[in-house]
Amino acid sequence: MPRWGMVIDLDRCSGCQACVVACHAENNIGIVGPEESARGRTIHWIELIPYIEGEYPHIKARLLPRPCMHCDHPPCTKVCPVFATYKNEEGLVGQINHRCIGCRYCTTACPYTVKYFNWHAPEWPKEMKGSLNRDVSLRTKGVVEKCTFCSHRLLKAREKAKVEKRELLPEDYIPACVQACPSAAMFFGDLDDPFSVVSQLSRERRAFRLMEDLGTEPKVYYLSEGM
Amino acid sequence: MEEKRFDVEEDAILFDPVRKTGKSFYLTLSLLIAIIFWGVYAYLTQYRNGLGVTGLARPIFWGVYITNFVFFIGISHAGTLISAILRLAKAEWRRSITRSAEVITVLVLFFGVGNILMDLGRPDRMLNIIWYSQFQSPLLWDVSSITVYLTASSIYLYLPLIPDIALLRDYSGKRQWFYRIFALGWTGTERQHRLLEKSIAIMAIIVIPVAISVHTVVSFVFAMTIQPMWHSAIFGPYFVAGAIFSGIAALMIAMNVIRKVYHLEDYLRPVHFNNLGILLLVMTLLWFYFTFTEYLTTYYGGEPIHMVIFWSKFTGRFALPFWGMFVFCFVIPLPLLSLKKTRTPFGTLIASISVVIGMWLERFIIVVPTLTNPRLPNELVLYSPTWVEWSVFVGCISFFILLYMIFTKLFPIVSIWEVREGREKSMAEVQERIRTYLPGIGIE
Repeated sequence: MPRWGMVIDLDRCSGCQACVVACHAENNIGIVGPEESARGRTIHWIELIPYIEGEYPHIKARLLPRPCMHCDHPPCTKVCPVFATYKNEEGLVGQINHRCIGCRYCTTACPYTVKYFNWHAPEWPKEMKGSLNRDVSLRTKGVVEKCTFCSHRLLKAREKAKVEKRELLPEDYIPACVQACPSAAMFFGDLDDPFSVVSQLSRERRAFRLMEDLGTEPKVYYLSEGM
Repeated sequence: MEEKRFDVEEDAILFDPVRKTGKSFYLTLSLLIAIIFWGVYAYLTQYRNGLGVTGLARPIFWGVYITNFVFFIGISHAGTLISAILRLAKAEWRRSITRSAEVITVLVLFFGVGNILMDLGRPDRMLNIIWYSQFQSPLLWDVSSITVYLTASSIYLYLPLIPDIALLRDYSGKRQWFYRIFALGWTGTERQHRLLEKSIAIMAIIVIPVAISVHTVVSFVFAMTIQPMWHSAIFGPYFVAGAIFSGIAALMIAMNVIRKVYHLEDYLRPVHFNNLGILLLVMTLLWFYFTFTEYLTTYYGGEPIHMVIFWSKFTGRFALPFWGMFVFCFVIPLPLLSLKKTRTPFGTLIASISVVIGMWLERFIIVVPTLTNPRLPNELVLYSPTWVEWSVFVGCISFFILLYMIFTKLFPIVSIWEVREGREKSMAEVQERIRTYLPGIGIE
């Protein structure tokens, strides 16, 4: 059974936000207007967060692409009263939007604040409505959503491999953000496979994870910058 | 029969609210209904447009509704718990106040639960909590605990009501059929009395651990997460103490109102306010102790992630509600309750109103600052509740008052049979005592 994980090389990341845009298009994320956006109602399954290192005057601002960490010990799944968020056997933390009651317990319990709530019914400009991705279900108002590592792509890839009567290959399943990254700063694959790229990179000297001390065991690794 | 007639006249004033209803009652009633409709309108606006009409946003996912949830559940703690403790302790002065306390518990619980339901993004799916229950979630613990609590305290309210309902059935004339059903054929025989006393005693014992569990698991909703300043082992007892604190205060406000409106000065006397005032004073000090311990521990540890929130409360953005909480919960009630001169019905009323406001602020100051400062850097989002949230809040309070008013119109708010029993028991005891050293006393 694979354990899906991601590695993001901050040395290579240029902060272009192509991953953010690709994610929006892939996952049918609603467009929130500037007004609501200013109130903190935007939804980004992956987001570039400013990370300040050091203290003045030796200060460095870094940008960090932040998808869902797909923790091995997720604090969000424990608190969900209805199993609307759960970890599957491949380590993916899923979200069942059509079961979610919108109590927002998981959103408050997540230390990485990667979960988003639909404060209003999601909307798109007329022109975009025709190009929504049919593989990803639309959310309603009042439910929580978050990065799924594009698990719909995994389903599709599995079926394709089955039809072609072959094993699932590493390149069959890649999330949209990884695929879109122009500087090839993002890697995706099976962390349990010792020869996979992500597994090797995750054991590199530069590798770190966010808030490792919390014991959440995130499966998103970062390779630190400038070392 | 003749003798009993006479008895009814003795405590006639306790029947009065049930017997006759004045103009001012209907006036208040219509005012409350107007406010409730406003609250309902506010909620419907939210139901139609989504929670976007509130001031909530990411990362402040919880606000006034969750504050209200904790607050109302807290208020519910006075009633049943205090009444049970006083009953078990055989505190004779309890007799005229237990009923008014128990009613608060049962009625206010609905608003605690109601607020969490109104906070849901998809209230239409709330039964998923039953179909797909995930018992690892503290929210499920809440659901279970509050259900048991509501059941137990309803029974505990109902049991001592039975003899009074029978009295109403026999003498009030109004709504006979209603009282006949709920009196359960009570005739006041020796056996019935024995059974009733026994069941009340059992319920009083059961209800205490249940009540404590309720507010403990309410605190667990916060404490079980790993969020800074929520993840604290003291939260269970801190919340329970705070709940009893705000509950006693709410009870004393209710008692003051009942006393004035129904002219029950003879039944709710200064001694009741004095005694409850002392209890409230103890809780004031206990509240301070818990608050002090909680914040000193955080401060001494000095972990940056906690300190951000700590300072936002002490000197930063939340300084006003934080210090407001301190003034309302401690600075105002402490002197009022410490001095015998001000431990009067009016003095304790001021202290109680202050405590209730302060405890609402305390719940707010627990929920919001932690969420405003998440662990990962985030664009600064400030939470200010909108008219929808305030309207729903005011609607809830009005609805609660309305239900309480209606209760006093259906049932005596001071337990008639218990007051009488107290009188008879004490008289008998005194006679018994005198008989041991003096001749010629006794009715026989």
